[in-house]
Parts: sequence; C-alpha cells; structure tokens
Amino acid sequence: MKVLVAVKRVVDYNVKVRVKADNSGVDLANVKMSMNPFCEIAVEEAVRLKEKGVASEIVVVSIGPTATQEQLRTALALGADRAILVEAADELNSLAVAKALKAVVDKEQPQLVILGKQAIDSDNNQTGQMLAALTGFAQGTFASKVEVAGDKVNVTREIDGGLQTVALSLPAIVTTDLRLNEPRYASLPNIMKAKKKPLETITPDALGVSIASTNKTLKVEAPAARSAGIKVKSVAELVEKLKNEAKVI
Amino acid sequence: MTILVVAEHENGAVAPATLNTVAAAAKIGGDIHVLVAGQNVGGVAESAAKIAGVAKVLVADNAAYAHALPENVAPLVVELAKGYSHVLAPATTNGKNILPRVAALLDVDQISEIISVESADTFKRPIYAGNAIATVQSSAAVKVITVRTTGFDAVAAEGGSAAVETVAAAHDAGKSAFVGEELAKSDRPELTAAKIVVSGGRGMGNGDNFKHLYALADKLGAAVGASRAAVDAGFVPNDMQVGQTGKIVAPQLYIAVGISGAIQHLAGMKDSKVIVAINKDEEAPIFQVADYGLVADLFEAVPELEKLV
Repeated sequence: MKVLVAVKRVVDYNVKVRVKADNSGVDLANVKMSMNPFCEIAVEEAVRLKEKGVASEIVVVSIGPTATQEQLRTALALGADRAILVEAADELNSLAVAKALKAVVDKEQPQLVILGKQAIDSDNNQTGQMLAALTGFAQGTFASKVEVAGDKVNVTREIDGGLQTVALSLPAIVTTDLRLNEPRYASLPNIMKAKKKPLETITPDALGVSIASTNKTLKVEAPAARSAGIKVKSVAELVEKLKNEAKVI
Repeated sequence: MTILVVAEHENGAVAPATLNTVAAAAKIGGDIHVLVAGQNVGGVAESAAKIAGVAKVLVADNAAYAHALPENVAPLVVELAKGYSHVLAPATTNGKNILPRVAALLDVDQISEIISVESADTFKRPIYAGNAIATVQSSAAVKVITVRTTGFDAVAAEGGSAAVETVAAAHDAGKSAFVGEELAKSDRPELTAAKIVVSGGRGMGNGDNFKHLYALADKLGAAVGASRAAVDAGFVPNDMQVGQTGKIVAPQLYIAVGISGAIQHLAGMKDSKVIVAINKDEEAPIFQVADYGLVADLFEAVPELEKLV
C-alpha cells in the first residue's frame, strides 16, 4: 500500500528562540532549522512499514517555503521514494495545511497517512485530526504502536491515564508520539542517492486550496521571567525555607 | 453568547479538567452549557449539573460515544455547535483528539491550549515550548478552543443546579473501534491536579530508585512525575512524563530531582509556584528556574528530605 508522510520544517528543537523586539513574532533569521522531531518519527515508521513489506511506496509531502526542500531531501535520504513540496511563502495555519494535504491525499490516494502529533513551533496538535475530518478517515492520534492487519490498522495510543488501542478501517490517519520508534540517521550514500529522487513542486493555488484563516496573531511576547532563586546549603535549610518562607509544605 | 463545554469524564465522574474549562468559559462570559457524551453517563450528567456556573447539561448517552472515539463524538459536537458562540474542551488527550476534528468540520481554525482570556474573541497561548506567548484573535462564527487546565483555577464542583437535557443524536461512523486499554494504577493524586509534584530524571539511575521519590511523595501527599529521559530509559511509564510532549503541570510545589532542565521539560512545569531542584551538577539549567536549589547527591538528599518533612 501507499503511505503518505507529512513533514514540517521548524526551528531546531535545541534552539532557544527569542521574541522579536516589535512583538511581531519570534526571530527565525539565521536560526538552525530542522525536520520537526515528530515528523522524523513519522518518516521512520513509514520506512519500517516498507521494510516489513506492508508499504509499497512512501510519498513525503511538506507545505512551506522553497528551503523546505532540505527537509524533504532528508526524508528521501531516510527512505522515502518521492517528495511533493506545496510551496507557500506565508506560515499557514493548521486548517490551511490540512486542506492542502487533503488535496494531495485526493491525488495520491494513500492507504495510510502518517503525521507527527504536533509541531514544536506552533505546538498546535491539530493538523492530523483536521486532515482526518476533511478526508472522512478514521484517526489514530498519539500513536506508540502501529500494526496493519488486512484492511484495518491497530493503533496503540498514549492517553492521559496510560495506553488505549483502537482498530481503524483503512484508509486512516495516524499521528506519531515520541515512543513510536527511534528514528535512524541518514547515511552519506543515502544522502547522495536522495538528490536524484523525484521532488515535485506545486502551489496551493494549483491544488485549489484557500489559505485564508479565521485566526490572527496580534502579538507575540516573551513569557514572564521567574525571579532569581537561591541555593540552599543543606536539606535542613531547604525544609526550613519551604515551611517558613514559601509556606508550601 | 452561549458556550458549549465538552466535558471530560472518567469512571462515571466528571474529571477535574472540566472544572478548569468551565472557569475559562466563565471568563469569556455568557451562558455555559456542558455536553456529557458517553455510555451510561447518567451519573456524570448529574454531577456536571452541580458545577457552579453551569446553566444546562446536555447528555448524549449512546454506545457509539463510549471511549470518546473522535469519529463518532466529533459529528455530535458539530451538530450541536451551530447554536453556540464558543466550543471549549480541556487540552487533555481526549480534548486534543476530538476538537480539531470538530473545528475542521466547522471549517474554522482552532485555538489550542489557551492560558488566558483577553476578550470573547482574543486569547493567549504559549508557542515554541512556552518560550513565547502569542495573543490570537478569532473571527470564526463558532470559536473552537482547547483550554490548558493549569491556566485557570477550577470552579466549585458543587453549588450549581443546571437543567439536564437529553440529546437524541446518534452518530456512528463505523470507521473505528475500541480494542482495549491499559491504564496505569496509582493511589497517589493525579499528576495534573496535584498540589505538590515530585519528579525524577535520568539522575535516578534506574526504575527501582524511584522508590525514594514515592516515599517522599507519600509523605507530602504528592504526585510523582518524570522527565522524558527517565521515561525513555524505561524507569517509569510514559503517562508520568512532564513536559512539552507530556503533561503540563503547575502545582504549588515542584521538586525536580536529578533533572537537568531541558527546554522541553521546563515547558511542562515552569508555571509551578515554587520550584525546588536537587541536582549534583551545579551548572544544570534547572537551577536557572528553581526558587530553591540544592547541589547534592540525590541519594543522600532525598531520604533526608523525606525524614525532615
């Protein structure tokens, strides 16, 4: 079966971002960008499904600026067969991304779509669920285990109290949680080979997708800083401070 | 304005997260209705009717709504949503699973994990693992919002007397089925609602050593959490993870033991009132957010702390 994986170009997870002085957003100029960590897990899962003989083709898709080609090449080096870039200059909201992905799903007809559970920049945790709504597919969010069995996929999900397993009819949408797998690294020969794999570029207009949003960001601020704390010398002093100064125990 | 709150419930009772969500709805202003969807949820509906500030409780009792499968619950919420100005749910795994599906079906953008209400259409929410706070305005006819429960003080669970109304709508998409679940058993308070949280990280060394934290937690009436490193190393189950991708907590007291304090962990606990760090590395980033830091070997400090409190 064909598997579609959506990946996002985001600021690297180790970068401590700074808010711009004019409060229009965070400063991303000259900041290291990478594939969103949850998307790496999504690519890895698709590659493992292919290695098990479950998946026949892996198509990786991203929506973003021209530079997003880097992240698509990374996915190709990890084992995806071909890539699609929906080129959009502006940062799109989750619903617009879900609509663009729906158009790609209609065109490609995958049996399984794998996304990360959330992007570490917007922290929205929406796109997979929205894509499931638009396509009418079942959704297996926050997956820590995925097993394809015939025309169904069993997904074990990380929920607040523990784990839950659901059986979904294919085609279905799965979003990855951290514990689904440990993503591999791209080897140098595979990085070289990935340069020759096909990468198609299209525009949201060509897909007939509106990128209008009902949300508008008015401003972005730095969070309130915590006042500096103190170092205590002993456990006894710590207990004394907690009891008498902070009064929390 | 009328606001619909999708209730979170478990084991036949309203979950505390619902009370925080009703508090957010009260800040927006207007009548508050609570939807209780599930199977055999009569008792839940009765307790929801007692929540302070709730005007009406809608009950959708149907086998299809058991286990909160989003394929079935989302169309129910969408059908009801048309009469409301806002649809709110707590940002629990259930809320996060269902609400974006509702938003897309209504063709509106969702606002995730709000931490404050500025006005009926403007909200604040953290982005970039809590390193920036965005103020977002929604022009949607129905505003679909998940609420970070630690951002709002819970309303009283008693004192209200809402009318209970039955919703007949039955939606069964037939695309998904519940197979089973494995819930972690714990006698300690729930992590996201606890007043005191004691968390362990990689420095604990192994799962057995968490017994020191359990002993301390039991003495304090605290919940026990963990960093991603401790979960990934298999010391404790993943539902104990505190951080950007785990649970968000904001207790009165957070004691971080053997946790370095990576950005992703801080995202889940830096709104705690008082933070204590116990770590033998005095350069650990956790000390930058700790109100009280103790540079010490945790295997000596934690048992001593347990004796003294």
